[in-house]
Amino acid sequence: MTLITSPNIAQADEFYAELLAAHNGLSDAQSHALNAQLVLILANHVGDPNTLKEALTLARQGFDTPP
Amino acid sequence: MPYDYAPFPYTAPAGLTEPEPRQRVVIVGAGPIGLAMALELAQHGVSSVVLDDNNVVSVGSRAICWSKRSLEILDRLGVGARITDKGVTWQVGRTFHRAAEVFCFDLLPEDGHKMPAFVNLQQYYVEQFLVEACQANPLVDLRFMNRVTAVTQNGFTTVEIETPDGAYTLESEYLLACDGAKSPLRQMLGLEFDGELFEERFLIADIEMQGDFPSERRFWFEPEFHSGQSALFHKQPDNIYRIDLQLGWDADPEAERQPEVVVPRIEKVVGHSDFRLDWVSVYSFQCRRLARFVHDRVIFVGDSAHVVSPFGARGGNGGLQDVDNLGWKLTAVLDGTAQPGLLDSYDRERTFGADENIRNSTRATRFMTPADGVERLFRNQVLALASKADFARPMINSGRLSKPCVYPTQAPDDSRLPEMTRPGAVAQDAPVGNGWLMDELGRRFVLLCLGSDTPEVSGIDVIKFDPTQMLRARYLGTADRAIYLIRPDQVIAARWVDADAGMIETALSAARQ
Repeated sequence: MTLITSPNIAQADEFYAELLAAHNGLSDAQSHALNAQLVLILANHVGDPNTLKEALTLARQGFDTPP
Repeated sequence: MPYDYAPFPYTAPAGLTEPEPRQRVVIVGAGPIGLAMALELAQHGVSSVVLDDNNVVSVGSRAICWSKRSLEILDRLGVGARITDKGVTWQVGRTFHRAAEVFCFDLLPEDGHKMPAFVNLQQYYVEQFLVEACQANPLVDLRFMNRVTAVTQNGFTTVEIETPDGAYTLESEYLLACDGAKSPLRQMLGLEFDGELFEERFLIADIEMQGDFPSERRFWFEPEFHSGQSALFHKQPDNIYRIDLQLGWDADPEAERQPEVVVPRIEKVVGHSDFRLDWVSVYSFQCRRLARFVHDRVIFVGDSAHVVSPFGARGGNGGLQDVDNLGWKLTAVLDGTAQPGLLDSYDRERTFGADENIRNSTRATRFMTPADGVERLFRNQVLALASKADFARPMINSGRLSKPCVYPTQAPDDSRLPEMTRPGAVAQDAPVGNGWLMDELGRRFVLLCLGSDTPEVSGIDVIKFDPTQMLRARYLGTADRAIYLIRPDQVIAARWVDADAGMIETALSAARQ
């Protein structure tokens, strides 16, 4: 399995709205906690270590250069 | 009853009055590792002198969890039955977050092993049993109150030794530094550890109390009785219980050691005050090792070579695996049946083992004592998820308990045979006849033939069994026969479904280099 980087969510706008809605009424700290849980849940769903590594690498891109 | 710390006898060494002959091996440190090392060498016919600056066993329980592999090694050294008889056998560990159980593991769900998964026994008992075995062994010369003050080496080693009756020197072919985490020998050689130091302190206490607690390891994250921190609870024999409490880096170690501070903390853990405080200490963690364990004729073994945090029981158990690995190699070099280069394989294999132990204990320590910020965020969310999703439970890390590593090797192998017994792994025990396979292995190279004809190879013992169901599961997999070459430390050197004498001789000579 390789990381899917092309659009893969049928109703992307819908998901984005749901993601924001999931944070409704949470403090910043709670939102961070929810995001951390979400990362762990999705990572477990993916499972494949190479795909996870690719995802970590992609997410990390751009953070290593100073703003 | 509190343990009776009876002193061992000191006798003035001969070296005080006239120079002693050069020894084959001098071992510095009569802790579990030094004592086991002396017995291991004695089993190979090698005599040694063991020097210790003290004359009592270790004070406090210290290393208490002895792994199955350690028990197999200690059994080979003649003290296995004493340790399992006296100790508390356990295999279940429970992890709690606040009051809820979030993870449970069972270490040895399969039977067919002589030794249990883990035995809890205070280090002082293990030392006492080993000292008694050494005292009964004519090849071990155990010298208490003999403190090494200087070391030099020049093709052999010379140590200067202080005793209550004065100083003397002792020469040896090899010097084994088994003198613990603070190793004076390491300092005398000017060697430093590399690795991580954790900014965390733990209180460790042995208490004596009556009670019927199950033989389980119990670990709590953020328990109600010790707010925001973590705690570990272990049962030991003699109604002694071991409690480790996380204190935080800011804790004052001296103040925390005082009974008026410790007792109220323990009362909250056990829920009453009907106990006696047996021993208390405060410790911080390191996960570090020497870059090399072999320094010409001085060889570091156990905590002198590598230290880990205690969660995972990888200190004492890792040290015994060093002993196991070094004994036969040093014997072969001393006897001239192998080149000194064989000792490089001790260095290579045991630094590999130490790295695995350090990696595991570092990860457990980071989970237990996360740095502020994202590390703490993820740790707390793993714990929070564990109560609502099964997948998060095994991510909870309160220590991954000691298992022997599998040494990297290019030795002959066959993919039809089971993974657990691949070359580099320790052989798996199994019942054979009226006894155990582990008792048939060890101290020499052997060829284990299962359902196979015996090839003619000179200079090696052949042991042969009809494959039982358990032997099949552990050694044959999908094959119907196999030949295993097994080292004196019960590590599998090579294996084949079919092999001729030439293939076996080649593998044997590779394993001796």
